[in-house]
Amino acid sequence: MDESRRPVLEVRELGIDFGGLTAVNDLNMEVYRGEIVGLIGPNGAGKTTVFNMLTRVYQPTRGSIIFDGKDTTGCSVVDMNRAGVARTFQNIRLFSGLSVADNVRTGFHGRIVYSPFEAIFRLPSYRTKERLITGQMKELLEIFGLSEERDNLASNLPYGAQRRLEIARALATQPKLLLLDEPAAGMNPQETQELMAMIRKVRDHFNTSILLIEHDMKLVMGICERITVLNYGMMLAQGTPEEIRSNPEVIKAYLGD
Amino acid sequence: MGAEKKKIKLPVFLTKPRYRSRVASFSIILAGWLILEIMMHTGNLSSLFTSLLVPVCCYIVAAIGLNLNVGISGELNLGQACFMSVGAFTAVCLSGSMAGSVSSPLLRLILAMVAGAVAAAFFGLIIGIPVLKLEGDYLAIVTLAFGQIIKSLITNMYLGFDAAGFHFSFVDNKVELQPGGKMLLNGPMGATGTERISTFSAGVVLILISLIVVFHLMYSRSGRAIMAARDNRIAAESVGIEIFRTKMLAFIVSSCLAGAAGALYGLNYSTLVPAKFDFNTSILLLVYVVLGGLGNMTGTIIATVVLVLLPELLRSMQDYRMLIYAIVLILIMLLTNNETIRTWTMRITRKLRRQTNG
Repeated sequence: MDESRRPVLEVRELGIDFGGLTAVNDLNMEVYRGEIVGLIGPNGAGKTTVFNMLTRVYQPTRGSIIFDGKDTTGCSVVDMNRAGVARTFQNIRLFSGLSVADNVRTGFHGRIVYSPFEAIFRLPSYRTKERLITGQMKELLEIFGLSEERDNLASNLPYGAQRRLEIARALATQPKLLLLDEPAAGMNPQETQELMAMIRKVRDHFNTSILLIEHDMKLVMGICERITVLNYGMMLAQGTPEEIRSNPEVIKAYLGD
Repeated sequence: MGAEKKKIKLPVFLTKPRYRSRVASFSIILAGWLILEIMMHTGNLSSLFTSLLVPVCCYIVAAIGLNLNVGISGELNLGQACFMSVGAFTAVCLSGSMAGSVSSPLLRLILAMVAGAVAAAFFGLIIGIPVLKLEGDYLAIVTLAFGQIIKSLITNMYLGFDAAGFHFSFVDNKVELQPGGKMLLNGPMGATGTERISTFSAGVVLILISLIVVFHLMYSRSGRAIMAARDNRIAAESVGIEIFRTKMLAFIVSSCLAGAAGALYGLNYSTLVPAKFDFNTSILLLVYVVLGGLGNMTGTIIATVVLVLLPELLRSMQDYRMLIYAIVLILIMLLTNNETIRTWTMRITRKLRRQTNG
């Protein structure tokens, strides 16, 4: 089988209940290597819940998530990240007390590892590994246009820069799959245009697949190769942007009868 | 100053902010140590102040440890004094039992401090394993209770040492010693007849070591993970940080420092009662940390020195002493939280920084 046609993520009959409420049910989807996939749907359709299941913040009630050929049942959030899933958040979650540089440095936590003893005694391995982290951190900041802000506190950045920093931090963990939760929220059309270019660049440069939730249809239709539509926790449609745009079910879900 | 602006090339440890805070802490300690040593040798230091030197060092070390736990890791700890207690009584017992075998007091002091630190770290470990897995203020509740437990335990403990080894009992008069044996712990009387082997220099060295440990930890992978877990638990997990392990690391290092500080404290007095390390002492340490600034080690050192010395300096005011102490505390709190004063100090520091950076 062609390497690029092997899915990095396979979701099979995924479902979750909160008490008596079924938030997501019978979801099937896959993301192939190097693909940009969109996850859309009206408010409350369960999109972020899907992200929380993919990162194992919530443990699904039914179904399985197969990541990179391995079943992830019983994995923790940390395990999922180590396996290669990274995400951003709908409401930005940066480390507000840390500098921009240190926010990205924390992203290397699971990739470039040394023990607290090496740190306390400042062993040579500490120096080489810190140098490695700093070098890669600078590269990431350069790509996301944040080099100037290096020593500022993350909480002092303007909104758009905070979103970019979150993506940079997620990429520092060297993910195979990047989950973006409403990356364009709160951005003006100009910024959204730049974001679209950046998402494509991230995919090419970091060789990662991207699954994104977004309400901005221009962005979704513009960069996604395939789209999955959720409604009331159920999959409504799946296909290319053209197919989705002309699908009567989708139009009905968004606009009503 | 001439019209032409002079650019002074400063070494890197003065220009980078993260180095600057470290340099400030170390220079304050070394300068203080030098001045006090000179004053002691020229006889300019009253006996009251001389007697306060070692305790101040102990409180500073315990407060630095506590700041790592409360300020950097963001977990409230209301029992730092009981980790000092564990360290102190471990050290006193060890030092007492080693008096015959190890003749050098300095070596005994070092061994006792290491033992005190290890014992406190052990208790930190057994408290931390169940508690730090939970999210919320449980650590505060459990450390609060732990302080009471340790106090009652030591108050009821009788420990003797003779040629046959240690003898231990929770009931009075049950400890029978061979001739030449020595009671190390006497229940409510605590430890008596301890040889005073703590020195001010040892205290200063301990402060420097604890500063180095805390700073090296803060500016490393583990330190960033500790702060990330404090700032945003969910995001920290999403980049692969194990919350429990990082919180545990901060808590154990914190209790370890408290244990070493307690050891130094215990060996500074011939008599030591467990009631010395009660809830009030824990709260006092927390006050030093909060007033010095959460996460600010230099501030912790200054706050500790000022707040330990203040009641002594106010002794001449007799009855009004604690009143003034309380007013000073409230004033500091108001000043450090006042928006106007904050922006003012921030402007000053920014101006200074711009000047040093050229």
